[in-house]
Amino acid sequence: MPLLEIRNLHVCVEGREILHGLDLTVNAGKVHAIMGPNGSGKSTLSHVITGKPGYQITAGRILFKGEDLLAMGPDQRAAKGLFLAFQYPVEIPGVTTMNFLRTALNAQRKARGQSGYSTPHFLKKARTVAKQLNIPQSMLKRGVNVGFSGGEKKRNEILQMALFEPDLCILDEIDSGLDIDALRIVADGINAMRSPDRSIIMITHYQRLLNYVVPDVVHVMSRGRVVKSGDKQLALELEASGYAQFEDAA
Amino acid sequence: MVAARETVECVARTGVDQYRYGFETLIESDKAPKGLSEDTVRFISAKKSEPGWMLEWRLQAYRCWLTMTEPTWARVHYPNIDYQDIYYYAAPKPKKPLSSIDEIDPEILKTYEKLGIPLREVAILEGVEPAPGGEPSANRKIAIDAVFDSVSVATTFKAELKKAGVIFMPISEAIREYPDLVQKYLGTVVPISDNFFARLNSAVFSDGSFVYVPPGVRCPMELSTYFRINERNTGQFERTLIIADKGSHVSYLEGCTAPQRDENQLHAAVVELVALDDAEIKYSTVQNWYPGNSEGKGGIYNFVTKRGDCRGKHSKISWTQVETGSAITWKYPSCILRGDNSRGEFYSIAISNGFQQVDSGTKMFHLGKNTSSRVISKGIAAGKSRNTYRGLVSANRNAAGARNHTICDSLLIGDKCGAHTVPYVEAKNSSATFEHEATTSKISEDVLFYCIQRGMSQEEAVSLVVNGFIKEVLQKLPMEFAVEAQKLISISLEGSAG
Ligand SMILES: Nc1ncnc2c1ncn2[C@@H]1O[C@H](COP(=O)(O)OP(=O)(O)OP(=O)(O)O)[C@@H](O)[C@H]1O
Ligand SMILES: [Mg+2]
Repeated sequence: MPLLEIRNLHVCVEGREILHGLDLTVNAGKVHAIMGPNGSGKSTLSHVITGKPGYQITAGRILFKGEDLLAMGPDQRAAKGLFLAFQYPVEIPGVTTMNFLRTALNAQRKARGQSGYSTPHFLKKARTVAKQLNIPQSMLKRGVNVGFSGGEKKRNEILQMALFEPDLCILDEIDSGLDIDALRIVADGINAMRSPDRSIIMITHYQRLLNYVVPDVVHVMSRGRVVKSGDKQLALELEASGYAQFEDAA
Repeated sequence: MVAARETVECVARTGVDQYRYGFETLIESDKAPKGLSEDTVRFISAKKSEPGWMLEWRLQAYRCWLTMTEPTWARVHYPNIDYQDIYYYAAPKPKKPLSSIDEIDPEILKTYEKLGIPLREVAILEGVEPAPGGEPSANRKIAIDAVFDSVSVATTFKAELKKAGVIFMPISEAIREYPDLVQKYLGTVVPISDNFFARLNSAVFSDGSFVYVPPGVRCPMELSTYFRINERNTGQFERTLIIADKGSHVSYLEGCTAPQRDENQLHAAVVELVALDDAEIKYSTVQNWYPGNSEGKGGIYNFVTKRGDCRGKHSKISWTQVETGSAITWKYPSCILRGDNSRGEFYSIAISNGFQQVDSGTKMFHLGKNTSSRVISKGIAAGKSRNTYRGLVSANRNAAGARNHTICDSLLIGDKCGAHTVPYVEAKNSSATFEHEATTSKISEDVLFYCIQRGMSQEEAVSLVVNGFIKEVLQKLPMEFAVEAQKLISISLEGSAG
């Protein structure tokens, strides 16, 4: 059974169809890359999978671990092991990153019927993960993403992924705005998460990230559909010749 | 966040229309005849066995009240109040005068237990010596004065406070036992000729708390009063007078609840604070009067006058309030910064949901030299509520070097509510520096979704974001009450998102 299976997905936003019958299958343990021109619907797809309000699903289905994902609320999906690193992480003033992480983690654990972490246990875990990602302790005491640089925000997303240990991670342009060192750290963070039961979908525009995190499957999205899938070679072809050849296919 | 989680659990236990404190206690009560007249005033004064000067003072206030009409400038709307259709005095009928907590009607004690105010527990602690070698845990103790309808039913820790020289008792008792102190200060901050509701209060107030902290004394514990309106059709008019003598320090907290009723009930309290040279008063309020049901029926009209006088130099008065209840709130805790170098602070969280209307804020009157004030107001409007911040900052001709900094933030939840900011600034002294920052924002869908994608429920997400928004103010509350306030906030915002 695939970890994620999307069939014939049609999605409208404010009356306009954005995804036009999208198919995608992700097996456990695999790293997929989704590439595609601006506005092709990549972020929309990530929002629909994770259950953001405001999208009408007019046809199709999404199965996650064999269960109907569209019947679940977004918090249930998170508790089931679905994680999205946002293209644009939000700021939450007055809520320290530590507090946020703990509230979220314990909410997920509670939904799964697990007991909440004690404060010392949680702190230890969070600090260890932060250290691996080169995130200073002082950042954890600041408001969530408040005054963080673009690169710091992205690292904070990876920190959450590492802490929550989800089964499916969707990373929406995790590489945008990163300098070379930060890209390395983030890539190491992603690679450290690779495991036979966990799958990762990376939405990206650049081969650069894929040099560090080598994908098993590469998809090209255009105009609301997956128009081509292949192995890592496909990404290199795109780098050389652009998306023009796929515009017609869509 | 532990508190956020607790609050959410709390919310889960509470239905949409369920106000946690909305039960009624069935006890016999002793009421004045309905309506207001000189006779009512005389009745109350006689019930309290007051001296002649007190009755005269009340009558004078009553006559002042007669010459005035209700103010209409606030951004609140309510049907006319029939002042003749209210009981002005209701007391639980005591079998005999009370001398210890054990003589209090067990029904009343039960009520306070339900409210989470452990009168009995606290009373048991009384007289217990700290363990040998152990620190007296004075800061953990809270002395409580409980006011039930119109009378104070219990004051705890009296003996220990007395040892420190602190007077903390129902004002009705203070009028008899410390007439000189009361006469010297009562009405000197909020005179009987003050606003409509203050005049009414002066005429008919039935009880409240009196605090006097002698020179140089740091009050050894938090002082607290809990107000509870129980009787039907009863107005509550309590009067609080707190005097911090030279170099003294006191922290005081009031909490309020009322049963759920279909009709509106009037609460018109007056609080007067006097801080002499180098003294400091910290006054915190957690107001949770019944706000009315989800259709806007019932609820308390909270028309309150609170004013502090920084009478001495280098004195300081700090108001912190968490307002979650009441159908209508009309309240502007103020500071008169009379002494040179005195300081006034106002930290407020005002939350409105359902059909609640809040018109609240502060007034900072800079009279002395180098006086400073700071205002942080956090208004949160949800449901179909209206939430107005009204603030005045003024500097007198003599107030050289006066400084004020005001931060006024509003957060809207949903699109049927409204928030307004009405600042008034008057500087008659050119060396005064007044700064005002104001923001209004909506709780953003993207922020909520971010939290929910991380596994939080809608309620937890709202609670987390709101708690972040009000954090600066929450930190000003004494620890125990900050936790309580957080719970209240979640409960009052429940069902507001989504
Ligand atoms: N809330 C919305 N209202 C209206 N149109 C929207 C909304 N969200 C997305 N769209 C439209 O849907 C299309 C797909 O947007 P989406 O953000 O999914 O693209 P993307 O592939 O992630 O692009 P990029 O590479 O620039 O991040 C765009 O044309 C966008 O304008
Ligand atoms: Mg995008």
